[in-house]
Amino acid sequence: MIKAILIFNNHGKPRLIRFYQYFAEDMQQQIIRETFHLVSKRDDNVCNFLEGGSLIGGSDYKLIYRHYATLYFVFCVDSSESELGILDLIQVFVETLDKCFENVCELDLIFHMDKVHYILQEVVMGGMVLETNMNEIVAQVEVQNRMEKSEVSLFLDR
Amino acid sequence: MPAVSKGDGMRGLAVFISDIRNCKSKEAEIKRINKELANIRSKFKGDKALDGYSKKKYVCKLLFIFLLGHDIDFGHMEAVNLLSSNKYTEKQIGYLFISVLVNSNSELIRLINNAIKNDLSSRNPTFMCLALHCIANVGSREMAEAFASEIPRILVAGDTMDSVKQSAALCLLRLYKTSPDLVLMGEWTSRVVHLLNDQHMGVVTAAISLITCLSQKNPDEFKTCVSLAVSRLSRIVSSASTDLQDYTYYFVPAPWLSCKLLRLLQCYPPPEDGAVKGRLVECLETILNKAQEPPKSKKVQHSNAKNAILFEAISLIIHYDSEPNLLVRACNQLGQFLQHRETNLRYLALESMCTLASSEFSHEAVKTHIETVINALKTERDVSVRQRAADLLYAMCDRSNAKQIVAEMLSYLETADYSIREEMVLKVAILAEKYAVDYSWYVDTILNLIRIAGDYVSEEVWYRVIQIVINRDDVQGYAAKTVFEALQAPACHENMVKVGGYILGEFGNLIAGDPRSSPLVQFNLLHSKFHLCSVPTRALLLSAYIKFINLFPETKATIQEVLRCDSQIRNSDVELQQRAVEYLKLSSIASTDVLATVLEEMPPFPERESSILAKLKKKKGPGAVSVTELEDSKREGGELNGGGDRGPDTASTPSPSADLLGIRSAAPVGAAPASAGSLLVDVFSEAGTTTTLPSSSLFWLLFVCKNNGVLFENQLLQIGIKSEYRQNLGRMYLFYGNKTSVQFASFTTTPQLNVQTKPVEPLVEGGAQIQQVLNIECLTDFSDAPLLNIKFRYGGALQNLTLKLPVTINKFFQPTEMTSSDFFQRWKQLSQPQQEAQKIFKANHSMDTEVLKAKLLGLGTALLDNVDPNPENYVCAGVIQTKGQQVGCLLRLEPNAQAQMYRLTLRCSKDSVSRRLCELLAEQF
Repeated sequence: MIKAILIFNNHGKPRLIRFYQYFAEDMQQQIIRETFHLVSKRDDNVCNFLEGGSLIGGSDYKLIYRHYATLYFVFCVDSSESELGILDLIQVFVETLDKCFENVCELDLIFHMDKVHYILQEVVMGGMVLETNMNEIVAQVEVQNRMEKSEVSLFLDR
Repeated sequence: MPAVSKGDGMRGLAVFISDIRNCKSKEAEIKRINKELANIRSKFKGDKALDGYSKKKYVCKLLFIFLLGHDIDFGHMEAVNLLSSNKYTEKQIGYLFISVLVNSNSELIRLINNAIKNDLSSRNPTFMCLALHCIANVGSREMAEAFASEIPRILVAGDTMDSVKQSAALCLLRLYKTSPDLVLMGEWTSRVVHLLNDQHMGVVTAAISLITCLSQKNPDEFKTCVSLAVSRLSRIVSSASTDLQDYTYYFVPAPWLSCKLLRLLQCYPPPEDGAVKGRLVECLETILNKAQEPPKSKKVQHSNAKNAILFEAISLIIHYDSEPNLLVRACNQLGQFLQHRETNLRYLALESMCTLASSEFSHEAVKTHIETVINALKTERDVSVRQRAADLLYAMCDRSNAKQIVAEMLSYLETADYSIREEMVLKVAILAEKYAVDYSWYVDTILNLIRIAGDYVSEEVWYRVIQIVINRDDVQGYAAKTVFEALQAPACHENMVKVGGYILGEFGNLIAGDPRSSPLVQFNLLHSKFHLCSVPTRALLLSAYIKFINLFPETKATIQEVLRCDSQIRNSDVELQQRAVEYLKLSSIASTDVLATVLEEMPPFPERESSILAKLKKKKGPGAVSVTELEDSKREGGELNGGGDRGPDTASTPSPSADLLGIRSAAPVGAAPASAGSLLVDVFSEAGTTTTLPSSSLFWLLFVCKNNGVLFENQLLQIGIKSEYRQNLGRMYLFYGNKTSVQFASFTTTPQLNVQTKPVEPLVEGGAQIQQVLNIECLTDFSDAPLLNIKFRYGGALQNLTLKLPVTINKFFQPTEMTSSDFFQRWKQLSQPQQEAQKIFKANHSMDTEVLKAKLLGLGTALLDNVDPNPENYVCAGVIQTKGQQVGCLLRLEPNAQAQMYRLTLRCSKDSVSRRLCELLAEQF
């Protein structure tokens, strides 16, 4: 199970946080800080897995992360997930964002936080993987987009 | 065209975000946020009704503020209102806010449930998905109560859209995890399993998570998934990379689903059906073959995906642990990865090999990679990888390579990261003890350990070396010589002083013949360290000094002088002062004989589990060591204490605790055969009443889960019991009470064990009570309880009773705490059919939670919380300590309150123990 998905930039500013297990707000912030601290001090050519921090659940949990340009994508998962599988999943998620936003960059994540959430929801639900096929995910996002468009024009007509 | 429309967002939101980004300082940011919060609050409270768009905008701002780390304590109601909007985007943001910010015990759940109910029945697939997402993300019990019966129907209905099916599967999984009692799969089971055959791979992807979880909980009901999973896997594995179109990821067909299928199969033993098994073996071989093919792409994603499947296949092979051919291939494959240029692969290979090392088929094959692993420990740049290498060295260590591995770990310790030093020290200490053939090597190793990493050497480690030196007289002289040399170093660690003080105090005489280490030289060497040490170490040194006075009378004057000086005898520390005063007095007034008796060499320590091992288990969670532990007890016959060859004399050596009572009577419980019992009954069955009361067996049963109480009672006699157990030893106090006013004459009790207890008083006065103590040692596992024969004359009649003593195998449990994943890993490891014993039975007693918990704790195991996904179930873990062996036991009790039934499952590393425990416990609930 995926316990949390964290995206933050090179300075530790959170860009998306999603917890699939309940943590109080201040705990969430502590986890983000701890995770950033653990991940950011690692070189780029070391492995992409490390044992989870003390806060999120001890030695059964691993942090699996990828670093893209200015952003870290960190998935906190338990031992029931395949490490390499999760790396692929992160890649699918990022490629999907790239397709949806056309050359996604950090600013897209900042100004369209809600959209990023909706895209993530098509990939992961309640901590489990819903879909891994990028075309399927993009198709779902397009359906949403069409519904949104039709409502916007409806709204302007009024 | 981008799928996301960037242009038509909410302008107010964009402006706010820009403002925040332009803030020059943290203070400015907080100020801007507070201003916005005040604005939103006033808008929400205002008289003017807000339109949906504004609500949506403000809720979105709140989400952004939350992301920045600020608490949001309002807006929930507005978000709930958005749920009932007809506009998709408003509904969507409402659900998002609730998923992110509402926890499962919110008071709003009922309102949210209403909205969900409407959306689920809307027949609009997009709305249904939103509602299902919300349930899956919040997953409260109230939601389970409202929707648990509805969702399986949506999942299997023929007309449900694929995307809705996917969401429904994961939604159901979430509800099952939070409230398994409410999700009744019964009639849906087979249709859910058949989702594995669904045409839409997305549906299979979502469903397999659900099926895996259900299979872990109810393996029998979901057994049919094995053959379906194998055929699905086989279709994927044998397909060309273009067959699965969209589910092909960088030329690898459906890697995620393949991994999940291989994980699902790890819930089960190898398929029994030959055809299914053949097909699966074929799949595994194909996967292993593909690893050798040239890559279809140079992209890292391609190799990642391919190897993700490969590692899962290897895990499955290790899990089955039955195909030597595949195991060796797996091992060779991992061996290749050990030298791969991708750090990720080296890391994973080391991790997988760790589990492979415990399989008897592949242990030797793993060992061939020792040089590579040692090299990894020395040269890897990444600490995560070095840690895995150290773990693997620990796992692959056996008698043949122990010296090399321990030496490498020691040299690594000099430069090891601080974060892992303590664990490394424990591991070195354990390996050195476990595989010590010659104990001088052991002593050298531990002293090296103290020299290199003294700060990380915990109490347990240096206690242990002393225990071993005391218990083995062949190493004492060497130990004395070595510590003496080690203490010569100008700066030696305080732990070295402790070990040195203790050992020289006991065995300094063994090296005193050499003028270079004459008694006075030894003393001066120790005393030169005295002033640099902490109080506890000084106290230990003072004891060493008084021992010196006994060992070497010629040092008496010098030492007395030291004790007499003000810094000792008037020391501000009470403990030090008291020792100085008492030792000084003792040495001046006691005769040589008395001194020799008081300060005699320490008696051997009772053999028991290494305290270091216990410490490592505590530190790492039991999983880390236990795997090898269980294996070793099989392979090595319990060499753990390093005292296997001391076996015979430990029984006769009084342990310090028994000394106190002076009547230790080793009672090998396991050696109480029924035939001996009946023989004794025959001998004693002279005229008189022989009463083996049937009722006593009822009393007896009560003692399985408790240690104290009344074992037997009739009109004449009451027998009470108090007992305590530690490791494989126990002590039982029997209280015989005369309930009459008349004396019992010729009162004798004969425990039908191989014991010499002190006989009880032959007369028991009316109304009086006498006591008897039995010392018990568990030599091996057993099922028959020992018998106790009691005879006495009451009036003229000879009374003769035979009772079962409440000594059951579970008394020798040591509780073992472990995490959920460790538990399930070990559960899987104990999957041979004879290792498991299971019973389904009707409840005979209250099914109340507290009562059950008390009973399970009384059993002696650790009751583990948060292990079983179903909170109604109980799981326990413990290790039964017998003299020669440790038996790991896992227990699971599944109550069914409606049916008033239980299902009890035991898995132990020894099959006779599983059966016996199962019989015993089935009577308890």
